[in-house]
Amino acid sequence: MYEFFIAPFSEFDFMRRALAGVIILSLSAAPIGIFLMLRRMSLAGDVMAHAILPGAALGFLVAGLDLFAMTVGGIAAGITVAVAAGLVARFTELKEDAALAAFYLVSLALGVTLISLKGSNVDLFRVLFGSVLALDNATLLVIASFTTFSLFALALIWRPLVLECVDPGFLRSVSGSGTLVHLLFLALVVLNLVAAFHALGTLLAVGMMMLPAAAARFWTQDVTRMAAISVLIGVLSGVAGLLVSFHANLPTGPAVILAAGSVYGVSVLLGPVGGLRKRFSPGRHLEA
Amino acid sequence: MAAALGFKNLTLGYDRHPAVHHLSGEIAEGTLLAVVGPNGAGKSTLLKGIVGVVHPLGGQIARHGIDPKDIAYLPQIAEIDRSFPISVFDLVAMGLWKRAGLLGGIGKADRVKIETAIDGVGLRGFEHRAIGTLSGGQMQRALFARLLLQDARVILLDEPFASLDSKTVSDLLELVHRWHGEKRTVVAVLHDFEMVRQHFPEALLLAREPVAWGRTTETLSPENLLKARRISEAFDDQDGNSEDEA
Repeated sequence: MYEFFIAPFSEFDFMRRALAGVIILSLSAAPIGIFLMLRRMSLAGDVMAHAILPGAALGFLVAGLDLFAMTVGGIAAGITVAVAAGLVARFTELKEDAALAAFYLVSLALGVTLISLKGSNVDLFRVLFGSVLALDNATLLVIASFTTFSLFALALIWRPLVLECVDPGFLRSVSGSGTLVHLLFLALVVLNLVAAFHALGTLLAVGMMMLPAAAARFWTQDVTRMAAISVLIGVLSGVAGLLVSFHANLPTGPAVILAAGSVYGVSVLLGPVGGLRKRFSPGRHLEA
Repeated sequence: MAAALGFKNLTLGYDRHPAVHHLSGEIAEGTLLAVVGPNGAGKSTLLKGIVGVVHPLGGQIARHGIDPKDIAYLPQIAEIDRSFPISVFDLVAMGLWKRAGLLGGIGKADRVKIETAIDGVGLRGFEHRAIGTLSGGQMQRALFARLLLQDARVILLDEPFASLDSKTVSDLLELVHRWHGEKRTVVAVLHDFEMVRQHFPEALLLAREPVAWGRTTETLSPENLLKARRISEAFDDQDGNSEDEA
């Protein structure tokens, strides 16, 4: 038991830092994923994750694998694309999902091209799939400060955010904050994707956001509890992924996402709210 | 009776396309007013204008001494995402927004108020149910409980009785009459002329422009209804052909 569960973390510094990284990431990324999912913006989240890449790549071109440059570049690109995709969907005939797909493809191609201009395949691999096991203290600090900010901001906008999802007409009638809340929420999505990008890379960053959220949907019908459960699932997947990758010598980022994917699969099958088990054996109906 | 709301040559619309045209008049405090008219006549837009969500393209809305926050608004039920995971209790609690806002706590006294409101619409025992499990009638009852909590002087209802069973309708109408008795101003968008004749002393017949406004019996005369239909057929044609009528 000890050998399997504790030893990897007690003996290896990089495992401890990776553990801290995935736990901190889950704290804010998972609840934000809940709102992305409830607003039917899962695809938009994916697009923003990819949009970060060309920005981070520009940072990389200027300063190499520099934390600050890649963070700033990523945030700038993410926010630009979030705004641009919204504008394209609003002012052109193109349906939003098509606009998003266009942004997603172009960002990915542009990002990979930019990285390849200066970097090696190793750099490219690292940017695409992350390097959970190479998190240094500075990166951990960036992730932790983004998470702290996100949690405070989320607490501040929680009520209007919920209200804007359930009953936007009512929110507009009691408060003019709807647009501001929406923009702040998008900014939080970008911040958390950039944080996750450092650990998991472009292609997997959105996984820590969407998979725990999608899984939590099957366990409760209350948004607050759903957020708590998603954090729990995120942490659990992080720990499980790290352990499996350590013992089986598998790449860490994909292992973490696969663990989250497994929890999602189990939730789809067994979750009490709309899970398949309920559908095929609904149990006795309630007696009045 | 003093006027609660006044309209002066009011034009409301979206992207310069007017939905309500040249409306002038006053709604006295304590009025129980039905707004009727064909589809696309601007009824919902008028409510959104009063609550301040849609801004006038021309003319004015006067809210005489009434804070916009003292206007409660019930959107059409179709605008609500009923699959959102939230309990009846939390949905109703939103009625306290005016007081609690972003971060204000909801204390013991507030909880009692919320329970009382839920009780008042006949949903006792449903507090912790998710709204996704409610029937259409139960959902509308919950939204009326939220209106009770808002405790506003002006109450705007957008098609509050659409596709509800008769028991729910009569229960909710009772609440409307109670608000009327408490001298609150109630404005409701309705389609059922029979209900309007029975329960609403005043009516506004709207077909983008006001066709008639006054005592319900006179407003809903066959001549006026025919006129409203003619106008609405005309603007249906217009919408097909010309882009800009502003």
